[in-house]
This record gives sequence, structure tokens and C-alpha cells, in this order.
Amino acid sequence: MTPSACKIKINNLLNKAGLLELQKKIKEAFEVFDHEANDTVDVREIGTIIRSLGCCPSEGELHDLIAEVEEEEPTGYIRLEKFLPMMVKVLSERRYRPIPEDLLLQAFEVLDSAKEGFLTKEELVKYMTEEGEPFTEEEMEEMLSAALDPETNTIQYRDYLAMMVIDEN
Amino acid sequence: FKAAVLIQRWYRRYIARLEMRRRCTWTIFQSIEYSGHQDQVKLHDFFSYLVDHFTPSSQNERNFLSCMFAEERLLKDSEMETYCDYESIEVPDYYTGPHVSFPLLPDHATALVEAFKQKKQLHARYVLNILHEARKYLIQLPNINHISTCYSEEITVCGDLHGQLDDLIFIFYKNGLPSPERSYVFNGDFVDRGKHSIEILMILFAFMLVYPKEFHLNRGNHEDHLVNLRYGFTKEVMHKYKVNGKKILKMLQEVFCWLPLATLIDEKVLIIHGGISDKTDLELLEKLERHKIISTMKYTKKPEKKKAAEESRSISAWFPLKSRSVPSSPLRLSPHKGSRSASIPCTFTPDRKEIFKKVRQSVQLELKEGQQQMDFSEFKDKEPLRFPLESEPNSCDFQGVNQEEWKQVVDILWSDPMPQEGCKANTVRGGGCFFGPNVTEQVLQKYSLQFLIRSHECKQEGYEFCHNRKVLTIFSASNYYEVGSNRGAYVKLGPDLIPHIVQYQANKTTHTLTMRQRISRVEESALKALREKLFAHSSSLLAAFKSYDLDGSNFITLNDWSVAMESVLHLGLPWRVLRPQLVTHTINNMLEYKSWLNDLAKEQVSHENIQSSLLEVLYRNRSNLETIFRIIDSDHSGLISFDEFRQIWKLFSSHMNVDITDESICDMARSIDFNKDGNIDINEFLEAFRLVEQSYLEDKDSELKGSETNESSCSGQGVH
Repeated sequence: MTPSACKIKINNLLNKAGLLELQKKIKEAFEVFDHEANDTVDVREIGTIIRSLGCCPSEGELHDLIAEVEEEEPTGYIRLEKFLPMMVKVLSERRYRPIPEDLLLQAFEVLDSAKEGFLTKEELVKYMTEEGEPFTEEEMEEMLSAALDPETNTIQYRDYLAMMVIDEN
Repeated sequence: FKAAVLIQRWYRRYIARLEMRRRCTWTIFQSIEYSGHQDQVKLHDFFSYLVDHFTPSSQNERNFLSCMFAEERLLKDSEMETYCDYESIEVPDYYTGPHVSFPLLPDHATALVEAFKQKKQLHARYVLNILHEARKYLIQLPNINHISTCYSEEITVCGDLHGQLDDLIFIFYKNGLPSPERSYVFNGDFVDRGKHSIEILMILFAFMLVYPKEFHLNRGNHEDHLVNLRYGFTKEVMHKYKVNGKKILKMLQEVFCWLPLATLIDEKVLIIHGGISDKTDLELLEKLERHKIISTMKYTKKPEKKKAAEESRSISAWFPLKSRSVPSSPLRLSPHKGSRSASIPCTFTPDRKEIFKKVRQSVQLELKEGQQQMDFSEFKDKEPLRFPLESEPNSCDFQGVNQEEWKQVVDILWSDPMPQEGCKANTVRGGGCFFGPNVTEQVLQKYSLQFLIRSHECKQEGYEFCHNRKVLTIFSASNYYEVGSNRGAYVKLGPDLIPHIVQYQANKTTHTLTMRQRISRVEESALKALREKLFAHSSSLLAAFKSYDLDGSNFITLNDWSVAMESVLHLGLPWRVLRPQLVTHTINNMLEYKSWLNDLAKEQVSHENIQSSLLEVLYRNRSNLETIFRIIDSDHSGLISFDEFRQIWKLFSSHMNVDITDESICDMARSIDFNKDGNIDINEFLEAFRLVEQSYLEDKDSELKGSETNESSCSGQGVH
């Protein structure tokens, strides 16, 4: 075998091993939500699974993904055998990468029209529940519980971000 | 607006990751709990092993064995009075706890609740009195309580409480105290695990005596002294009632066995603690003599023949595995082995027969000696060996139930529903079965029922419907694994029999925390428990890791780590998902496993004098050892002798194939004998190996306790 052919062969093997490992990882995350142990998951949990695997899609992108793996006649359940290849593709193509911290900060600053370094509660609620892909009441409440500084009734977004980032790691 | 979308995207991902962590945490707790049940199975194996291989060579060893296999029996009525002579127990003047007198009035019951809220302890005299009266009342109840919604408008059904008094107090606060207008059914598992089992029992029995038509109790699998030995109730009683604890424990046996097995509402809704099986026969259940089943852990057979035939031997089988297989004929030796592989006739090797012959001979000698003392053997130091083999000619008319009846009850108390169709042995719990939706349908149809209510399993939301909403699991012990781990719930049924569920979480502190903090706390505690388990398997893990380290570099890939973990621990956990929480230092995606294992070890409590491998084995078998200790310590003194300890350890280690020299056992025993008096205090011994997390939990608990109020607020949203 020529050295280059050898290299290709090794690369293929390594890729295969990597692929196998990736598949195992996806399967594990899937199984955490597979309550009936029959390789299906409620469609409403798919978003959680995809995001926990490292992707950060928007709601719109998420719906597209789900549409790809749903049955022709939606049953409310997604099967592993459809989910797996889709997810492998998404991960190996490194789609929907998480958002870097500085970009997030910029986003907050854009919303902070008065450029004061913080957002009022009303402002945040308005943006999050009326703009973009609106939050549900529950999501809003949950975000406020951690983000809101009760003394000033404002969101000090720099501090908030810093805290969240630490928490993630 | 792009900025908004960005933030929302990011935030949703953050929440998703939290959710994943929460699920994993739950999975960890459940798998550790279930592997604990597996321990029970191992304990059973250990006892089988003993029976097969152990030839008692001394009086001590015989006594030792007799403790484990002694037949239980209930007291006769004449004995009862003498035994539980509570009237002779004086209540001292300085006693500030609640007083109780009979006939019991509603005010007494309410006063009990108030007193326990204020952390008072009920005097032993009153405890025995209440137990006594409870027993008298329970005796005349049928096995299945038939109740109706026409008496009071709503019936409230509560699930497992497991000694968590806060939850009971909360339920009464939120739903109202029991009264002629407010019926309650408590579906078993009142005791064990939590710290206030006896208080809960007192309250429940008090209300039962005050409102007999409206207040109903079902037996759970934890209303069982053998289970209590393992899961903490025995310990609680002996700790709180040092002088009269034994009496109370004996009385509890008498009361538990008289608890009804099921409750039927309007002939339509069946309430049982565990579940059903494809063999569940309500008619049989109504007719059997429920009090003869003292413990569902141990099946004691009816002596088949009156003559002391060589053949009619049967040894109390400890919780036979695979209870679904055909029961072996009573003519075979060691039926518990038979029930494991029933179709294979048990042929006996000559030596086994020899062993039993020898044992039997010495037994006969002892029996002759002990015959006169038989009745009050509890009080004597020596417990005469009593295999139920020999037909004891004047045996007090105790006879067990037959095996079919016994299995019916075990199924009711231990089974769990499963999503798949069918009915198979519940190998996780070691008894009862897993029953599928078709079994539910079958039983519901057979008896024209609408649905089942059961408990027995902890659910994150406090309740869960399954089998097409025909089975409702209701669990009332909130924060069961850890503060913030789960809600509790109860269900209300009106004449329309439509379930209304109320959820709660009886802990103020959880509401001041954000979701993130709550999840982190529970997660931390789950991970600590998991790490302890990992430590307990250090040597097996090391061996597994080594097998992947082909080039001897001391590094393995993370993939190999995940595979190795599962192959050793068999917990079914998502290791790749958990990996970032368990393994923090990697180089090039490779793990230096030896130092990782060392770090695990450092976290655990270290005991200088004891070899670390011994420590590991002890950790692994801690709860089994504790159970064995408590069985040996038949007078519940909390002390076992040096000798007993060494014996247990020797047997146990040979069974577990652990290579331990006699010397190291002695060293260990000596180092644990803290006050050097030749006796080992069980509690001290266990303290030395107490979970790190236990003290961690207690610290956290006292940190956050702050001011304990009588009212706990909650986010109890009514669902449905």
C-alpha cells in the first residue's frame, strides 16, 4: 500500500471511530428523554436534546430540523432512527454554533437604546415578549428571576452575562 | 429584531442545558436507588450462600445463624397484655410532650399534630397505648376497605410519606384536617428514610381511631419490620425510645400486619400501594388471613406434615427471586433455591444432606432445652434455634399462608407499572412484578373498575398517569432525594370520580432559589452520591481502565472511559452526557485515569488505620452490613461483640471473594472499637464510613433552615 493510500485508510478509520463516538453521544442524550425505552422521544423535548448537544438554533431553525425528522403523519413522537443521521450531519457540519460572549454583549447594547449600561425591567420584557421569537410568560419569569436586580429593578446586563458564562463552564 | 432573536436563542439553549442536567440528575438518583434494591437481592444471595456452605461449628455460630433464620411469630392475646403493659410505664412529671387518653377525641389528634410541629416527642407509654388501640381496631377491618363518596363529598388520597413529617403537616394545612366531612386514604409507606416516621404513624393512627369511617390506611411494603431494619425506622425508634424501643418495635410488627391491603372507592377505584399482576385475584385477597404475612420479605411455610419426617424440611425463604416461576414442592430442601430455577429438581449432594443432618441433630437438642422457654424467648438472651422444619409438637397455632396467597400480597405491595405489554418479574425490586397496560385493562375489566391509584415510586411532579390514564401514581414525599428534587402531590376524588391533583413542595427555601440554583443543588448532591459509588468500585474501575490502556501510557480516551464506566457500574447512566461533570482534567481529550481515581478517593472520609481496599468493600456493602448488624443485634442494644463482628465479616468477605486476612479483620475491628470494651457500637462503626454527602446535606440543610415556620408556602397549582 502506498503511504498516501495508507494515510487515507487511517483517516477513514479515525473518522469512522469519531463517527461512532458521535453517534453514541447523540444516542445517550436521546435516551435521557426516551421514557418508554422504545427509541422515541416526545417532539417537544427535541429542542432540549439538540441544544444540550452543543447547538444553538433559533426557534425557526429548530422547527426546520424537526420537520426533517418528523413522520409523514406527525405522531407527536420522533424516532431515534430518523433523528440520529440528521443530528450527526448537524454536528459534523458544525451548524448552529453557540454565540460568543462579545456578540451577546453587543446584542444587549443594541437593545439598550439609552446606552446606560442597563435595561429596565419593562424594556427587557417588551423586547423578549414582543420582538424576535417571543418568550412565553414562563420563560420571561424565569429569566427575570436571575437577571433582575431587585433593588434597582433593572437588568445589569454585563454582570448578568458574566455570571451566566461562568455558570456554563 | 436580530438582537432580540440572538438573546432569545442563547437563553433557550441555556435553559435546555439546565433541563438536560436536571434529567440526568434525576436519572442518577433513580439508578442509585434501584441499585440499592439490587443490594437487597445480593443480601438474599448471601443468605442462600450461608445456608448452603456454612456448617456451624460452635454454639455461637449456631446462634448467629438462628438469628437470621428464626421464624417470626405473632404474640397470642394472652401474651399481648403482659408484653405491652403500657399502663405500668410511668410518665414523669417533667414530661412536656402531649398527653393522650382513651377514648381518643379529635382534640387529642389535633394536639398531637401541634405538639409534633413543635418538635415534641410522644412518651413511650402513649405510643404503646395508641399502637395497642390501633391494633384492636384494625383487627376487625376487612382486607379490602370498601368506602363510598356519599359519606363525605371528597376523598383525598395520599401516597408515600416516608417519615417526612413536614409533608404531612403541609397536606393537613393545605387540604384541611381529617373530619367527618373530609375523608382521607393514606396509601402506605408511612415510615423509613425520613426522620419522623414514628410521629407520622402516631398522627395517622390517632385520626384513624377518631374518625374510623373517614380515615383509611393501606399497608405499604415498608410497613414491615424487616424492611425497617434496613431503611431506618428501626434505628429511629431505638434512638428515640431507648428504654421501651424493643416493645414498641414488637408492637409495630403486630400492628403492621393488620393493616388493610387495599381500599376500594365506590367499587370503581382500587387503591393499592404497589400495583397488580396478571394473577391478581381480589376474591382471594379478600379471603386470606392478612395478619399471617408478618413480612413480605420472608416466606414462612405452613408445616406440611405433623410428623418429623426427614423429608419435610423447609427453610424460611428470603424473598425468593423471580417469584413468577413455579413454586417448588415443599418436599425439597432449600425451596428458595428451587424457586429460582424451579423446573430443575434440586438434587442434593451428600455433603449438604450431612450438614443439615448435623445441624438438625444439634437443633433437636436445643429444642428440647428451649421448649419451655419458647413462649417468651424474646426476653431471654439465648434464642433457641427454630427452623420450622421440625414440626414443633406444641407449636403455638401459628401457621403461615400458602404460597399463592403470599404472592398475591407481594404483588400488591411491590409491583410497578411498565409501558410495555405483558407481565414479568420485577427484578429491580426483587419481588412483585412489572405489569403492562394489558394487565391493567384485564384486571379493570374483570372487576368492573375505572382506574387504579397506587404509589411506591417517586415521581418528579409528585404524580404520574400511565396506561392510558388508567393508572395514577401518587407520591406525597416532596424533596425525596434532596431539597428541590421533586414535588409531592395528593389527589382528590368526588362522586364523579374525576381525579383532581394538588402539588406542593414543602420547603420554603426552594422558592427563594432560581431554577438554576435549585437544579445545581440537587445536581451537586446527586453527583456526590455518584462519586461515592464510583469510589466504591475503584479497583474494578482501575482494572477496566487498564485494559484500555494498551500502550501503558496511563492515559485512556474519553470514549473508552465511558464504555468502561458502564461495564463496571451497570447503572445505565448517560456517561458521555455526564462526563463534563465527572471528569474535569483532560489533556488532548485523554484522561490520566490513575490520578482521577485518586482524586475520587481523597474526597471520601479517610480512616487511617484501614486499608483502602477494605474501605472500598465496606463502602460498597455498607447498607447490607448495616442490615446484617441489626439482625444480629437481636436485643437492639446497638452493640455487637467483637466476635460477632469478625464472624460476619469473615462470612461476608468469603462470599464476596474478597481477599482479607484474619489479621486485618482483627485490626479493623480493634480500630473501630472506639472505647475498647470489646463491643462495637454499630452506629459508631457506620459513622466512620458515613457518606460525605450526608454531612454535606446536613450542613446545607442547617444553613438554609433559618427560621422554621409552621406554615410552608407553596406553588401548589391545582392541575386539572
